[in-house]
Amino acid sequence: MENTYNKILEIDEAMKHFRDGMIIMFGGFGGIGTPPALIDGILDNGFKDLTLIGNDSGFPHIGIGKVVSQGRAKKMIASHIGSNPIAGQLMTDGKMEVEFSPQGILAERIRAGGVGIPAILSDIGLDNDIVTSNKETCNLSGKKYLVETALTAEISIVFAKKADPYGNLIYDKSARNTNPLVAMAGDMTIAEVEEIVPLGSLDPDEIITPGVFVDYIVPSKGVNWKWAWE
Amino acid sequence: MGMGVEIRDRIAKRAAEEIKNGMIVNLGIGIPSLVPNHLPDGTKVMFHAENGITGMGPSPGKGKEDENLCNAGGFPVSVVKGASYCDSTIAFGMIRRGRVDMTILGSLQVSEKGDLANWIVPGKKVPGMGGAMELAQKAKKVIVLMNQTDKYGNSKIVNECSLPLTSARCVDMIITEMAVFQITNRGLTLTELFAPHSIHAVRAKTGCNFTIAGNVRVIN
Repeated sequence: MENTYNKILEIDEAMKHFRDGMIIMFGGFGGIGTPPALIDGILDNGFKDLTLIGNDSGFPHIGIGKVVSQGRAKKMIASHIGSNPIAGQLMTDGKMEVEFSPQGILAERIRAGGVGIPAILSDIGLDNDIVTSNKETCNLSGKKYLVETALTAEISIVFAKKADPYGNLIYDKSARNTNPLVAMAGDMTIAEVEEIVPLGSLDPDEIITPGVFVDYIVPSKGVNWKWAWE
Repeated sequence: MGMGVEIRDRIAKRAAEEIKNGMIVNLGIGIPSLVPNHLPDGTKVMFHAENGITGMGPSPGKGKEDENLCNAGGFPVSVVKGASYCDSTIAFGMIRRGRVDMTILGSLQVSEKGDLANWIVPGKKVPGMGGAMELAQKAKKVIVLMNQTDKYGNSKIVNECSLPLTSARCVDMIITEMAVFQITNRGLTLTELFAPHSIHAVRAKTGCNFTIAGNVRVIN
């Protein structure tokens, strides 16, 4: 494939952009749509003290769960950690801080970060101390709302079905989930893709993430973990 | 849940009666996921999943799974004709905008006022709220399927929830292995009984008062 825009990298080159203590945002929902080669790259290179932002903590051996289970994260911002008991244990033991955000609001905070909006107003969880903790409120037309701040990351990692050399992305079925949002919210975005196709072969109408948001593309060898249902 | 298959199916079957043609319905994990098995053939319903599927169909069966087509719990599903995929903001936009007619979910406790507590047990279980807060707060109708009591025999239907709330005053209906309750502004009302349970037996296992509907249906 012609590397017209110099975005296509091998995994080793991509990993040069990572370091300890980084804020990393990841696509995926229960591990589905989380980039396997980039996850293994983070593990193999020993990166630690990470802040991870994403929907959930995967399963212990699936998706971002592999990074969490090895104790590489000092903090997570997520909506759910129930499918990864190790994450719950690390949180209870005080070894990993977890900030919970309602799932759709978390997605909107990521989207806001990705489209350059500083915060959104929300009425979800207004009566919940954990959701409202450390958040400002405001009144608008006589109603009270929470100010939910936007989320961005130093690096976003996403998983897509196809990319062209410009980084235009399309996703596969329910593996889309948070990926198009995460792809926009990174200072740098690296997309791991199942297939790289020539420029011009994706119908502009079908592209979900315009390549403008994608800095680098890494070819994928596919998922290398065993799913919970297998 | 320590509940036999027959009892789980009986609860799911009763919940299925609430689903009408044309509805968009979100199902939680556990017993709610059994509800589609009990719908009459030809019921036109679109099942919604938080991870971005509208028009979810049954499990595809062994060997036919697609790892990129799963429900919000991470298990393989199929799609029906007319289905669509979307990202997580759109999936939750449907919920917050009031387009989801009904959510059927499990719970740890429900209060007589309809407060729902199903997202955390302090110091013990820290699953997180996931999409439950938005669903509880914004779906048009919230139905809880759960055991009448927890594993220690304590009623899960209570005066005031002792566990942190997912959302206040949001539950419209509770279906347990013993009975069906409706919750309105006037409080908790028992409307149906599963045979062979008696109202007396239900009272003994309910942690708050309830009124009894004029004519209680008995489900065999």
